[in-house]
Formats: sequence, C-alpha cells, structure tokens
Amino acid sequence: MGLDIRWPIGIMFTLISVLLIIEGIATGPSDKALGMNIDLWWGIVLLVFGVGMLLGASQGGKKKNEGGK
Amino acid sequence: MQPIHLAWVDYAILLAYTAFVIGIGWALRRYLKTSSDYLTSGRSIPAWVTGLAFMAANLGALELVGMAANGAQYGIATAHFYWVGAIPAMIFLAVFMMPFYYGSKARSVPEFLNMRFDYRVRCVNSISFAVMTVFTSGISMDALARLLNLLLGWDYNFALLITSAVVLVYVLKGGLTSAIYTEVLQFFMIVLGFAPVVWLGLKDVGGWSVLKSKLADVAQHPAALALSDKTFAPDAWSSAWKPVLAGPDANPMGVGAFPMIFGLGFVLSFAYWCTNFLVVHRAFAAKDMRAARRTPLIATVPKMLFPALVILPGMLAVALAVMPEKAYRLPPVSIADTKYAPAIADLKAATPATADAAFDKISQEVGLKMNKAKVAAIIKANSLHPIPDNVLKDELQDAVSDNYYNGVILSLIKRYCPSGIMGLALTALLASFMSGMAGNVTAFNTIWTYDLYQAYIAPKKSDRHYFIVGQATTVVGIILSIFCAFFASHYSNAMNIVQLVFGFVNAPLFATILLGMFWARATGTGAFLGLLGGTLTSALFHALTLATGDVPGIKGGYIHVVQMFPSEMAQNFWLAIFAFGVSFALTVVISLATKRTKSDAELKGLVYSLTPRLKDDERHFLLRPSVLGIILLLACVILNIIFW
Repeated sequence: MGLDIRWPIGIMFTLISVLLIIEGIATGPSDKALGMNIDLWWGIVLLVFGVGMLLGASQGGKKKNEGGK
Repeated sequence: MQPIHLAWVDYAILLAYTAFVIGIGWALRRYLKTSSDYLTSGRSIPAWVTGLAFMAANLGALELVGMAANGAQYGIATAHFYWVGAIPAMIFLAVFMMPFYYGSKARSVPEFLNMRFDYRVRCVNSISFAVMTVFTSGISMDALARLLNLLLGWDYNFALLITSAVVLVYVLKGGLTSAIYTEVLQFFMIVLGFAPVVWLGLKDVGGWSVLKSKLADVAQHPAALALSDKTFAPDAWSSAWKPVLAGPDANPMGVGAFPMIFGLGFVLSFAYWCTNFLVVHRAFAAKDMRAARRTPLIATVPKMLFPALVILPGMLAVALAVMPEKAYRLPPVSIADTKYAPAIADLKAATPATADAAFDKISQEVGLKMNKAKVAAIIKANSLHPIPDNVLKDELQDAVSDNYYNGVILSLIKRYCPSGIMGLALTALLASFMSGMAGNVTAFNTIWTYDLYQAYIAPKKSDRHYFIVGQATTVVGIILSIFCAFFASHYSNAMNIVQLVFGFVNAPLFATILLGMFWARATGTGAFLGLLGGTLTSALFHALTLATGDVPGIKGGYIHVVQMFPSEMAQNFWLAIFAFGVSFALTVVISLATKRTKSDAELKGLVYSLTPRLKDDERHFLLRPSVLGIILLLACVILNIIFW
C-alpha cells in the first residue's frame, strides 16, 4: 500500500510529545505522579520514539526509490 | 464515580489521535481500486504491520479492562491466557496452518471451509460469524459510551454516535487497510499510554519484591478485600504454576492443571487464534506467503510481554489495597440510582440499637454485599448529628464491599495521571474501543460481501459492484452495531446470552478446521454434522453444569445440575474440552461412514498430506518460520519457568 504507516505514527507522537513537554514545563512536578514531572519525562520518551519513526520512514522511502531506479 | 476534569492538553491529545485516524482513512482512499483492495487490502501489507495489527485486533478495550480485573482477582496465573494460551496457538497458526489458509487464495475463513468441505459448513460459519461481529462491536461501543458518560459526563447517545461516526469515516474511506493501520497506531498508543501508569504503580508499591510480599498477605487473607472466602498459600497470587499444579482448591481461579493445559492451552486458545476470522483476516492481508506466516510470529513477541502492561496493574491494585498508608481501595460496585432512596430512608430511621436489623434490610435493598462495620458507623454518626442526603449517599456507596474489578484500571489511571499523561492514557483506552469496532466491522464486511452476498445472493457481478457493496456494508454494519449497543444498554442479560451462545461455536469449529487441514478423509457431511453436534454438546453441557456460588439460569444448570465446578472459569474450560471432543469424534465417525465428495486433486493446497511441502527460501536459516517458531516457543517456556 502506498502509504508508509511510520509517517503518521511518527508525526502524531512527535506532536503529542511536544504537547506533553509544554504541559510538563508549565505545571512542574505533580504530587499524583509521586512528585515527578512525568509529563516532561514521558514527553521526552515519546519525542525520541516519534523522531525515530520519522527517521525510519525517510530511510525506508529512500531505499525504495533507489531500488526502483 | 466522580467525573474527571480534563485539561486542554488532554483534549488536544484526544483530538490529535482522532484527526490522525480520520486522516489515514482519507489518505488511503486513493490507493483503493478494487473490492479486494478494500476488503482484504489487496494482499499488500508488510509483515511487521500485519503482525502488530494481528495482536492489536484482539487487544480491544474489553481485553485491557478485563485482564487488569483478572490480575486483581487471580494474580499472575492470569498470564496463562498469554503464555499457555495465545503463544503456542499463534506459532501453530504460522508454521502449520497459514500455508493452507494463505496458499488456498481464500479471502476468508468461511471461503476456505467452502473449498475444503462444502457450502453448508461455509454457510453455518459465515452467518454465525457475521452476527457475532456485529454484536461484539455493539458491546464494545456500549461500553465506550458508558465510560465517556461516567468519566467525562458526556451524554450517552452523543458519545455513542460521535465515536461511531469517527469509525465510520475512516473505515468507509480506507477499508481494511485503514483498520489495520489504525490498529498499529492503537498498539503504540496503548503501550506508550499505559507504561507510565504501570511504572508509577510499581514505584509506589516499592518494587517487585515488595509487591510479592504484599501479594502474600492478600493470598493469606483474601476475605479482607472481599476477593474470596477461602485462604490460599502465600504464593497464590505471585506464582503462575505452583498454585495451579496444587489443584483447583489451591488457586483463586479454581482451575486444575488438566483443564488449564488442555482446555485453555489447547482447545480454547487454538480455537480463537487459529479460526477466528477477526484475527486471521490480518494475516490474509499480508503481501506474500512469507509475510503471512511471519504475521503471527511477529505478534507473539509483544504478546509475550503484554502481561506486564495489562495484568500487572491488577496485581498492583490488590497490593496497594492491603497497604493502609496508601489509602487505596479496590473500586466498589456502584449502587443503582433507583436503589438509593429506600436504603437512605432506612439508614435515617435506624438507631445504633437497631443497627443489626437495619444492616440486613439495607443490604437486601441495595442488592450488594455491604461492610457491616461501616454501615453501623454511618448509623451511629447520623443518630448523633443528622447527615445530609448527598453525603449519606456517598458514604453508603463507600460501604459496599463487592468489588467492581473492571474499574481497577481506571482507578489507577485516576490515581497516578496528572493532566497530559491522563489524556494519553484515556486516548489509549478510547483508541482500543474504536479499533475494536473497526476490526469487527471490517470482518463483517468481508464475510457479508464475499461469503453471503457474492456466494448466495448476487454471484458473478463486476468487481466494481462488490466494491460498492463492501462500502455500503460498512455503513450497514455500523448502523447495526449502534442498534446492538442500544440493545446492550437496555438488556445486559440478553447480551450475556448472545455472547454465551457464540462461545458454544468456537471450540467445535477448531475440530472441524483441524481435521479439514490434516486429514484428507474428512468429508463435508462429517464436518457439518460434527460442527452441529459439537455446538449442541456445548449448549447441553452448559445446561447441566454450574459453578459454585451461581444460581441456575444464565450461568448454566437450568435443566438439571449434574456437575458442579469450583469456578466459572473451570466450567468454561471443561465445556470447551467436551465440545471439541464430541465435534472431533463425530466428524471422524461420520466421515468414515460417508463417501468422499472431493478428489485428491481438488484438495491439493488445502490438506497437509496432499500439498507439496513449502520450500523455505529465507536467506538465513534462523528466519525460517519453523526455526523462529521454536525459538519463540523456548522464550515462552523460559517466561513460564521464571514466574513458576
């Protein structure tokens, strides 16, 4: 199928990670989350995941194009 | 339960997810040209995508919520649904069955049954499966609408219609590919949305070794949490095998080793993973035979690890509940709105002197098990200083001691998630409800269009015609699901009966397909009558047996109770064993007594002994399905030993 699923996954999680990081910086650590700034830390984890997916998708796209030629 | 207040960031995450699933459907529509593109993805999807979708299709919200509930009720032995049940069945599907399913070029399981046996077997299977998918998706949508109503205070009808509309838009445009892609998205949502909750829970309890010692307290005094009236050995919640091997009385599931290994591990799990078109459909969409066989194998890897994400939260919840300093209790069953008024009137009328009599009366009126000390305390406080009605209502609810296990996962999300992570976790839950509907609707589509419409109603039309019928069926399927959801919200008992009846079909069907694939002598008549006989056996078995603590009726035993089981789970496992056994034996006997209608040539590619062995052409020895299967099976055995 023409659409590489890694693009939407990567873009969506990158977007969500930015939202979480902003929320984390704005509100600081939370008592609910045992005094940790879980939004910030988990936002960073999601950012790494999202960017990783995007990198994978762009690499995959390149390979396919080269193979096609 | 008090509605949760969501912040802007939570809504933003929810909206982002919704926008992406609709966007995926929209982006895919231009790639869909034929009915097979729409209904079976034109066999074009890479293995890692179908593999994750294969796993996620089963990962509906009912599974997420239910596994945490079982984790609380039964402890780590719940993992047998994964480590004994799912994994071996998925490996068997990949190594032995997929060559026939995928190689036959059938587009659905009923179509395979038609090729191997005859139209009768196909007809029975496709009708029962089509009805089941619609009801399952209805149940899932009803649960979602209730959740949104309870959690966010949304109107039930509004919640039901808006979520159905989202599913409609992306499935209508993108068909099966859309459903598969969003399942992959949902898979990552669930992993990344639940992991922080589990991690915070584990940290709060104090790590694995503290968890184990707290679970030992739980096992020795389960009555303190209203989990069970019995007492168990300290490891009953934290060991997977020792309590099961010690016999049905020694574990909270009430299941012994034989029904666990043969009933769950062999019959029920193989029946589900190897014959249920909802999951097998994902592998049919793979781009080639190699990808199709790899689909279930890839799915086993996350499946093996998922107990940490879905069962562990339940175990954490019971451990937290026995730690007074954590101020956590298992969520109680809600008192129905109509039952408050008389109970509150009695509370007010009672005095400390009449507390005992009032307690019995109130328990009866509410219809739930109540905590005697708490009710007495309310009566005492009220007789000193009259308490306003709304406070009494909350206190009465708090005095309920029956646990609402399905609420465990939500109670943990509420406890640990600040805004932001809260939105992520709730979106994960919502995603799994919606993809549950999408998965069922796409399966319904295919079965209706190919196995009922094309086979019996309007054969030999153009592909364009079936493409349009497929799209129309999407709309019809969703409308039917909405009706089923309303039906479920009004007659929850009727829904239980429907689910029960479908449970009767599964185990016998596995005998039919197993014999079909591995025994050339099995005939259409044998399979058809065997399937019917097995299903009747299920119904009869259910009517004659009962689990301890249940009353005859929908739970079984309504003709006459011949056999009692220590738990519903044990009753279920034994039912599957009997139904499978009868279906297997009947199919063999009747097949031997009837003439074969299909020649060896016709059965080539459908039966093991008449099909040339597949040559594994993988570049590397380790990548062959059989070798991979053995490696994965070993990994699963190691997991079982670690948590023995």
